Amino acid sequence: MTNPSPNLQPLVLVVDDYDDAREMYAEYLEFSGFRVAQARNGQEALDQAFALAPDIILMDLSLPVIDGWEATRRLKNDDRTRTIPVVALTGHALTGQSDEARGAGCDSFVTKPCLPDELVTEVRTLLAQRAVAVSR
Amino acid sequence: MVSPSPLPTAHATSADARLALAEQLLTCDAARGCARAVVEWLAAHAPSPAVACLTRDEPGGRMGCLASVGLTEAHHAALTESLDVHAAHPLAEVLSQAVPRYFPHEHAPLPIPGTEGLFAVPLGREGASAVGLLLVWVNGPTLPSEVAWVAAHAGPFLARQVTSGPLGLGGGALFRHIIDAVTDPVLLTDLDGRLRLANARAESLLVASPDASHGRKRAVHLNQRVFTTAVASTARGPVPGVSWREVPLVDPAEGLDLLFELVGTRVYAPDGQEAMVSVLRNVTDLGRATQALGESYRRLRATEREARSERHRLDRVLDSVADPIILSNPTGGAVMMNEPAEKLFTLPSEGGRAAQRRVRSNDAVFSSFLANLLDTGGGPRWRGQLNMVDPTSGATRPMEAVATKVLGDGGELTGIVTLFQDRGEALEKARLLERLKEVSTLLEARVQVATAELAEQNEKLRRQAIQLEQASAAKSQFLANMSHEFRTPLNAILGYTNMLLQGVSGELTPIQRRNLTRIDSNGRHLLEVINEILDITRIEAGRMPLHLSDFGIPELLQEVMAEMDPIILRSKLTVSTHLGTKLPQVHSDRQKVKQVVLNLLSNALKFTHEGSVNVSAEYATASSMLSVAVTDTGIGIDPAYQEKIFEDFQQVDSSPTRAYGGTGLGLSICRRLADMLGGRVTLQSSPGQGSTFTLHFPRRPRRT
Repeated sequence: MTNPSPNLQPLVLVVDDYDDAREMYAEYLEFSGFRVAQARNGQEALDQAFALAPDIILMDLSLPVIDGWEATRRLKNDDRTRTIPVVALTGHALTGQSDEARGAGCDSFVTKPCLPDELVTEVRTLLAQRAVAVSR
Repeated sequence: MVSPSPLPTAHATSADARLALAEQLLTCDAARGCARAVVEWLAAHAPSPAVACLTRDEPGGRMGCLASVGLTEAHHAALTESLDVHAAHPLAEVLSQAVPRYFPHEHAPLPIPGTEGLFAVPLGREGASAVGLLLVWVNGPTLPSEVAWVAAHAGPFLARQVTSGPLGLGGGALFRHIIDAVTDPVLLTDLDGRLRLANARAESLLVASPDASHGRKRAVHLNQRVFTTAVASTARGPVPGVSWREVPLVDPAEGLDLLFELVGTRVYAPDGQEAMVSVLRNVTDLGRATQALGESYRRLRATEREARSERHRLDRVLDSVADPIILSNPTGGAVMMNEPAEKLFTLPSEGGRAAQRRVRSNDAVFSSFLANLLDTGGGPRWRGQLNMVDPTSGATRPMEAVATKVLGDGGELTGIVTLFQDRGEALEKARLLERLKEVSTLLEARVQVATAELAEQNEKLRRQAIQLEQASAAKSQFLANMSHEFRTPLNAILGYTNMLLQGVSGELTPIQRRNLTRIDSNGRHLLEVINEILDITRIEAGRMPLHLSDFGIPELLQEVMAEMDPIILRSKLTVSTHLGTKLPQVHSDRQKVKQVVLNLLSNALKFTHEGSVNVSAEYATASSMLSVAVTDTGIGIDPAYQEKIFEDFQQVDSSPTRAYGGTGLGLSICRRLADMLGGRVTLQSSPGQGSTFTLHFPRRPRRT
């Protein structure tokens, strides 16, 4: 954590329609020192992303209203949200989904179950990569 | 004696003077008049004081003076007398030699005062004996040109008059007329062929006047030579009398080749010498006719030969036709037949009574067929079906016969040509074709039935395949969905457990921690089972791609050992690794290799209670194969189960009371993954003696 001020902590948008999972990750992310926003479906995710401009988005792929792939595609096609890293989360582990997720613009792909601490590690890795990319 | 009158020297003889003499000579029909004209003309135009013309009265007779100028009676007498007395008189010599001769004054047979000498010039036709002499008294040994001219022109005239001598003057002319009237050439010659007498026709062939054209002279000269040779050879012939001989001569006027038959007769002339009478008969036309006849005959022969060869060829053509052909006369009798027809209508050489009967039957059938054509007299053609019989074999030969009338120029019937066509083969072919069609139809029907059945079967198979595919897809989908449905709550269970264990909700009592750890452990096991089921599903659905990369085996084993470390520590077993020398870099799917090795090692740890587990890696250079073997000192596997354990959901002990848990998918997955790497998993084991599972895989995948 480079910045101790709570307002300057990275904001993570957790998108998942399964409440237990979303709230679990949110709770652990907050416990780990991140600011967290939540969304239950793709539409909410887009609204939140445009409104809050989070530092990173954890995107479940199977979502109501707008699925994760489509939401990601729209985020990556919008100048406001283009640079925000998106970590795809899915319980569907069949091959092909990860490729599809990358095709939609996801920066990383995590298969559920993913323990909260592993997810936090992934988030930190991506943020660090982004910091490096931005500083260049 | 008349003294020589002076000659008008300046008066050169003109062409007119010569023409005048020529005209005078033409009108003369008697020797004497001719001689007189010549003598007077010479006396007037040549510078000569005296001129005389001597001739014989008859062939071989006495010389007499026909006309003279400047000679006295005494001179005449002396001349005639001397010629008569001396047989070898110089003038007689000149006559026989037929060459002009000059006598100087002192040697002259008859000197005339006032002249230096005398020229004696023989007279006559060219090529014939001289008939007379022209005596010209001159003043030098040079023959005056006028004399030469006169001698050349008057000679032939004089000769014609003189040679008609035997019958006297009147009789001579008559004789002349008679022989001139003969259209065939008639001649009197000596035995050497020298001309003494010739009629007009003979003269036209053998005599050329001095002013004749060069071509005519040549032709005459040629004729003379041929004729002379012919006469001479006839005269030398063994038998005197009439002889025949063919003489080819040239028509001097037309230049045409003529052929004469020479009929020669030896006669005795009044002077006692033998002479030859030759009558030439023109056989040119006859020769031509003979020639033409020969030509016609030759042509006839050629035509005949041609006709024969034509006939021969026709025969061969007819024989070469495979179908019988018969030419019949108007009454129906066979005139000619080709070989195929002969086979039907003539008795074969070894034909018995049966063959004879068959030939007769064929004849009868054919005759009745022809009778139609002969009786009706209507159409020029008649067609019919005849059943012939092969005389040799007795086989029936159905024939189609077409008979055609052959008409003469007047429209009359001259013959009938009948062409047969063997229908046997055609009928047989038609029959076979019919059979073939039947069989074909039958076959077609069968094929259609079979095709329909096949199509039905195919459709069934296709449906089954679709159903299978759908079932398989449904199974994969079910498993995938189930996996997802398991994972979602499991994710929450493991997640919250993890969080609690990390103290997110505050510090835990040791008992709470132990229980949470058990929840975590069981959750993980459940996850493992779900992952294995998912792996199988992925592999079966073909959704497990190879991700090839270069990596080293030692590093990979190190990683495996590190991951298994917690379990190894718990197992209290001696776990060692052994790396073979020269282990190369590998190009393969690292994740899959690792998964297999992890699986084998975890199996070994699970089924080994004491002793050791060893992981070793080797490389076989010859086969480029790597092998990673996991050897344990565990319970071992009965040979009966050694193959079975690689199958899905199979375990050595699957009873409800089994001692070991697990889905029974681990080895099945290992084998499938090894397959994907182009390798295999082998097992060496016996119960109670431990087991060695080995993964063999190529350094590089064989299929790119």
